[in-house]
Amino acid sequence: MLDVRVQTEDFDPGELQASLLAGQQEEGAVATFTGYVRQTNDERAVEGMYLEHYPGMTEKTIAATLKEAAGRWAVGAALVVHRVGHLAPGDHIVWVGVSSAHRGDAFAACEFIMDFLKMRAPFWKKETGAQGEHWVGARESDKQRAERW
Amino acid sequence: MLKVLFFARIRESLDCAEVNVEWQHSVSSVGALRATLAERGNRWQEVLSEENLICAVNQSVVNELHALNDGDEVAFYPPVTGG
Repeated sequence: MLDVRVQTEDFDPGELQASLLAGQQEEGAVATFTGYVRQTNDERAVEGMYLEHYPGMTEKTIAATLKEAAGRWAVGAALVVHRVGHLAPGDHIVWVGVSSAHRGDAFAACEFIMDFLKMRAPFWKKETGAQGEHWVGARESDKQRAERW
Repeated sequence: MLKVLFFARIRESLDCAEVNVEWQHSVSSVGALRATLAERGNRWQEVLSEENLICAVNQSVVNELHALNDGDEVAFYPPVTGG
């Protein structure tokens, strides 16, 4: 099972992990990643965040990344949940979970999916703070991380 | 007709989320469409000449030379920052 959800609602990482394993019998490992809204970014206090996306292309891009991961590693199930809309510091933004027979494949696929999501999936963050609001710039380090694969 | 979408900082700079452009030979590639849209004014000229602007056609990222067909959905957006 490879699945993608883009939603405004919050999620529960524990429930997502349980749903990932439902129906899987051979899987001895699950690797997950949870991303949160930062309290500070580039030394500026973050008061709020707005996440915009390109409906349709977002899901299509992440689904293609999951398919690519499943082709490279032994993936039992993989799920990506990404929030959009207005978020507050400390809120969940993204969750990636991968189940596999062994930890090596679960770790690698989870990290690959997250690195490619950051490079390719059409989401944009706008932060609000004391100095007003601004669009977050892309980081060169994210590009370098994705290029390792 | 080409459906042209703009997102995030690009959408705000242009004060425009979507525009329809009649398909013709003068807009038969991404580069040509960019040049045509840039004629709409100084702001458009400035935004559409940004080097790191990304273009997707029918929801796949493409380059300047990509050919456009009638009915295509074209999107211009800044580097992505999700996750």
